[in-house]
Amino acid sequence: MAQFINHLMFGIYPYIALAVLALGSVFRYDREPYSWRSGSSQLLRRKQLMWGSVLFHAGVLVIFFGHLGGLLTPIIVFDTIGITHEAKQILAMVAGGVAGVLAFAGASLLLHRRLFDARIRRNSSFSDIMILILLWLQLILGLATIPISMQHLDGHEMVKFMNWAQGIFTFRAGASDFVLDTSPIFKAHLTLGLTILLLFPFTRLVHMLSAPIRYIWRPGYQIVRSRKLAARHG
Amino acid sequence: MKVRAQIGKVLNLDKCIGCHTCSITCKNVWTSRDGMEYAWFNNVETKPGIGYPKDWENQKRWNGGWDLKGGRLKPRMGGKWRLLSKIFANPDLPEIDDYYEPFTFDYAHLQQAKESKAFPTARPRSLVSGERMEKINWGPNWEEILGGEFSKRSADYNFDGVEKEIYGQFENTFMMYLPRLCEHCLNPTCVAACPSGSIYKREEDGIVLIDQDKCRGWRMCVSGCPYKKIYYNWKTGKSEKCIFCYPRIEAGLPTVCSETCVGRIRYLGVMLYDADRIEEAASTENIEDLYQAQLDIFLDPNDPEVIAQARRDGVPEAWLEAARKSPVWKMAMDWKIAFPLHPEYRTLPMVWYVPPLSPISSAANAGQIAVNDGMPDVRSLRIPMKYLANLLTAGKEEPIALCLERMLAMRAYMRAKRVDGVIDENIATKVGLTSAQIDEMYQVMAIANYEDRFVIPTGHREDAEDMFDERGSCGFSFGNGCSSGETDTNMFGAPARKKLQTPSEVF
Repeated sequence: MAQFINHLMFGIYPYIALAVLALGSVFRYDREPYSWRSGSSQLLRRKQLMWGSVLFHAGVLVIFFGHLGGLLTPIIVFDTIGITHEAKQILAMVAGGVAGVLAFAGASLLLHRRLFDARIRRNSSFSDIMILILLWLQLILGLATIPISMQHLDGHEMVKFMNWAQGIFTFRAGASDFVLDTSPIFKAHLTLGLTILLLFPFTRLVHMLSAPIRYIWRPGYQIVRSRKLAARHG
Repeated sequence: MKVRAQIGKVLNLDKCIGCHTCSITCKNVWTSRDGMEYAWFNNVETKPGIGYPKDWENQKRWNGGWDLKGGRLKPRMGGKWRLLSKIFANPDLPEIDDYYEPFTFDYAHLQQAKESKAFPTARPRSLVSGERMEKINWGPNWEEILGGEFSKRSADYNFDGVEKEIYGQFENTFMMYLPRLCEHCLNPTCVAACPSGSIYKREEDGIVLIDQDKCRGWRMCVSGCPYKKIYYNWKTGKSEKCIFCYPRIEAGLPTVCSETCVGRIRYLGVMLYDADRIEEAASTENIEDLYQAQLDIFLDPNDPEVIAQARRDGVPEAWLEAARKSPVWKMAMDWKIAFPLHPEYRTLPMVWYVPPLSPISSAANAGQIAVNDGMPDVRSLRIPMKYLANLLTAGKEEPIALCLERMLAMRAYMRAKRVDGVIDENIATKVGLTSAQIDEMYQVMAIANYEDRFVIPTGHREDAEDMFDERGSCGFSFGNGCSSGETDTNMFGAPARKKLQTPSEVF
């Protein structure tokens, strides 16, 4: 039974979550472009957002790319360039820990502002509040895994998660078996993480897909649209 | 030379009576929607005052417009990296209280109140939080007709270099109206600051628009625009701005604000300009020369070389014809009586202003200031020259003085013609005009017939999208397709919320 649930949560649920994430985002971008926005509430209340948003975003960006690179880089790459599992484990704990604390502080400020500031509360949708609470909980769970990792400084637990994540992305049957005997905190962190991916297209989180990095190399500053050109090409 | 055409605008402040008809008609048509209650694409400010939003002209505070550093133009907010670094929390963004917190009144209480000794009242309620507002302490037009203390109003940025204390005294006070809308600049900072690239200038008529489907609500445009004429819709999370009533302009009709102006102060006409020299003009070193630099990139629609190049660049014949009759060209170029608003922002704005005449100051009346040949010295008018210059020419007084002299000359000339029955050519030559020019000025500015004020060529069907594809569609709407932009039961949007009741729903 435990194995079945494990398989359901970490063998099948990831594919559901990722499929909804991908298809949902594509559909929303195509069907509802008007709803695709960051949903900033800075205009309504500056207080608590200045620190909250900067801390949260800075922390979360480090965590996001840390997880992406840490989980999905093939183990062989680390072995080849000579980064031991111990070193990677400690790096993950320190960098993730610092970024996690920053993001947690930011998320707490933002959540407090969202729930207790009358202007923001009234103009928050259910999804705005829910996703912020989920992210806040996820940060707590993430930080709570650090003491557990302290007991596995050789990094072998971490390798289990790498194998699992890479197994999912390479469609290996039985990928879920890698995480069968890990700590429940880790499992909760994984489950909530997958749930956030699942909910992604239905929330304001979609704004991260249109992070405006293109702006940096957009030629010049001005944009002029010619109707004639559009007519000719269209 | 690359010839482009733009529908420019001139507002004759000398005739503005501050009735706010422009603001109201504009609001009724474009911004009477949730999230835009606080936004006025067109508003009328009483000057001197800090305006709407508070202190908007002070770019040390809001960092709008452009900066010239080492000969290179950069948004004052910072270059691209610096600007992106502000994306999580933008220190240059006004808060809604800097505009004003939109409110309604509890009208229902007037009907539903129980019997009481005192009359029931409709108390204000915030449209943002839905909570009771005990006291409304700022609104869209709080300084109307010099409302409020002089000490606060005199924080007005245009008092720079003016000994302002004396204007706080009743005998010396002065005021003027300043109707404001998007300037549809040649070098717009909002376009430059938009990280998503959703704001653009239309090539065919120069109107600056926001692509609502591409806008991601990064809100950099709000800070970039030095006129604070881009508004963040706090309900939909998208920025919106004056669209210069482009559906009307395309049909050859004036904008709503212009059409409904009871003082007939608004003029619309085509201006041809050299698109290759925009950057050069905006990079003029001395801010006092920016006004002249902008005049220099306007192209004479009667010049055969310009006409030939305009044809090569695809400017339609009707537009060239309209450019030759443009009231904007006449006022800005022929008579030099219209000026850009705050050219020092380096945006090359395209909504221009004729400065107002004002009563002669009490000092001049008392005989302390000379009156030459029956025409008062323009420096003895109540509104300080420096104040107008700070508003319209980045502080350069000579063009403003000449303009005011010409407007006074027009009055003197017409008075001589109509009352005394003499044509006094002398008056015209003294201000560098001919009597024929003054007659035309009078026709355009004082009589201001509809066809003299609005010379708008229609859009070209062959340039537009294939209208057959647009059949059965919704035309101008917010949101996707025919939706209102309020996505109540949408899978991706917000759930239905209880809405505040408006007076029309209650009664």
